[in-house]
Amino acid sequence: MDLRVNICGVELKNPITTASGTFGFGHEYGEFFDLSELGGVGVKGLTPTERLGNPAPRIAETPMGILNCVGLQNPGIDRFIEEQIPFLRQYDTKIIANVSGNTVEEYCGMIEKISDADVDLIEMNISCPNVKCGGMAFGTQPKMVEEVVSAAKKYAKKPLIVKLSPNVTDITEIARAAVASGADALSLINTLLGMRINVDTRRPILSNIMGGMSGPAVFPIAVRMVYQVRKAVDVPIIGMGGIRTGRDIAEMMLAGADAIAIGTAMFADPMAPVKALNELKEYMIQHGIEKVTDLTGAVEV
Amino acid sequence: MATQEMCRVVGNREIGAGLFELTMEAPVLCMQAQPGQFVHITCGEGNLLRRPISICNVQDGQMIVVFQVKGDGTAWLSKRREGDVLDVLGTLGHGFRMEELGDHPIFIGGGIGVPPMLMTMRAAKENGAKPEAILGFRNQNAVILEDAFRRLGETHVCTDDGSYGVHGFVTDVLKLHVQEATAICACGPKPMLRAIAEIAEAQGIPCQVSMEERMGCGIGACLVCACELKLKDGQEGVRYGHVCKDGPVFDSKEVVW
Repeated sequence: MDLRVNICGVELKNPITTASGTFGFGHEYGEFFDLSELGGVGVKGLTPTERLGNPAPRIAETPMGILNCVGLQNPGIDRFIEEQIPFLRQYDTKIIANVSGNTVEEYCGMIEKISDADVDLIEMNISCPNVKCGGMAFGTQPKMVEEVVSAAKKYAKKPLIVKLSPNVTDITEIARAAVASGADALSLINTLLGMRINVDTRRPILSNIMGGMSGPAVFPIAVRMVYQVRKAVDVPIIGMGGIRTGRDIAEMMLAGADAIAIGTAMFADPMAPVKALNELKEYMIQHGIEKVTDLTGAVEV
Repeated sequence: MATQEMCRVVGNREIGAGLFELTMEAPVLCMQAQPGQFVHITCGEGNLLRRPISICNVQDGQMIVVFQVKGDGTAWLSKRREGDVLDVLGTLGHGFRMEELGDHPIFIGGGIGVPPMLMTMRAAKENGAKPEAILGFRNQNAVILEDAFRRLGETHVCTDDGSYGVHGFVTDVLKLHVQEATAICACGPKPMLRAIAEIAEAQGIPCQVSMEERMGCGIGACLVCACELKLKDGQEGVRYGHVCKDGPVFDSKEVVW
């Protein structure tokens, strides 16, 4: 059975990665399973300098999902390079560095710096709903996407993945703009903007009022968007949004994903990525699939 | 070290209004458990997030947790019966620093903050200290674990409405006993903890507080359970610690009240 997938010349041993923002830098889940089991590790979103994030409460629950407003709390790119890359390099897995900025210049600076660090893939986050400047503002208008991606691409010495926001009218328009501006691959979806209110106090549950929704509840939306984007562009896609099981992975790949990421599911079960990998293998045996890449885009409509 | 253990329920009974004491077989978790730590329990199929519940006591490979029914998840947990199996992560967080308590620590619990103080007070007694407890409840129906605390040392019970024990807050009782204290450990609502921290600071007594916040992963990866802390070395500004990993127990002087 061949589980290898190729993202822009970088070979992942299997299609399973972790979604940025759900996995820290791998230390915590590394207590539960060997990080070398993963195709790749998507690390917490990085910014030019340390960010404290938003006040608590940063999480609200909804049936089969959560909303968060962490606000990109991270130690800054320099400390990531110094302290975290050596830790992650102990494992046989690919490092996907996720970077954000407030301005086009900041994105360029981040991508220049991370390109010279020992990472395998760069994921450019133009879709965070929880920060005041930048973030999602860049990812929801094709003109802004073109501006920031084409500028950043000039500094990228590693494959550049652009992470898309689902909070748009037409995701294919954004995907096309990103690819036309130099995106080597796309990842989707980031979280859906949502809100919950405590009806007893009449106050929003989240400190930031609104937050990004994730978890199994958003899975069908992610599948739909990956399906649409697969038909619109011809670059590798990392599909994410509510994946829990091996059969979910198969579904996301049939819709058009080359690789996938698991995120929120780990909060319910820290072993979710390893269990999903085993389930994916079972699915492949059951269906006589030799190469996992044969699943990509193979939905029969 | 965090572990995932499938734990068989041994018993589950209501010990106060909406308050349940659940006992489960958890040999691995019991060996790891430190006073003030918590476990993270899956509560039914429909609830994605686990529920963090502090450890009340461990004995012979069995773990006791006491929880309050607040929503769907804890309601589901209250219906578990002997033989049911729970998916439990633990033991999580930094508990109380027992080596800093001295000869006469005072343990204060408010409401659902009472249970974790039991294991903590027991550990202090086993370490040779002469511990004292102050327990606060809303009213008589909410009073739990009183006898268990009395077996460990002098115990004061107070209720907000005076329906049982001393009429008043734990801080009223604390003020009468604080002079003899070598340390204070407390768990309960934030306003209570703040008031206790003020008294401790005024008396120059070390004080550790167990904080609560809405939690996600429970192990320090998702960064949602942020707790505002002071910067180290008295610098201006704040930083966010995380209740699940850096806490739940913090030095009261670290916390931004």
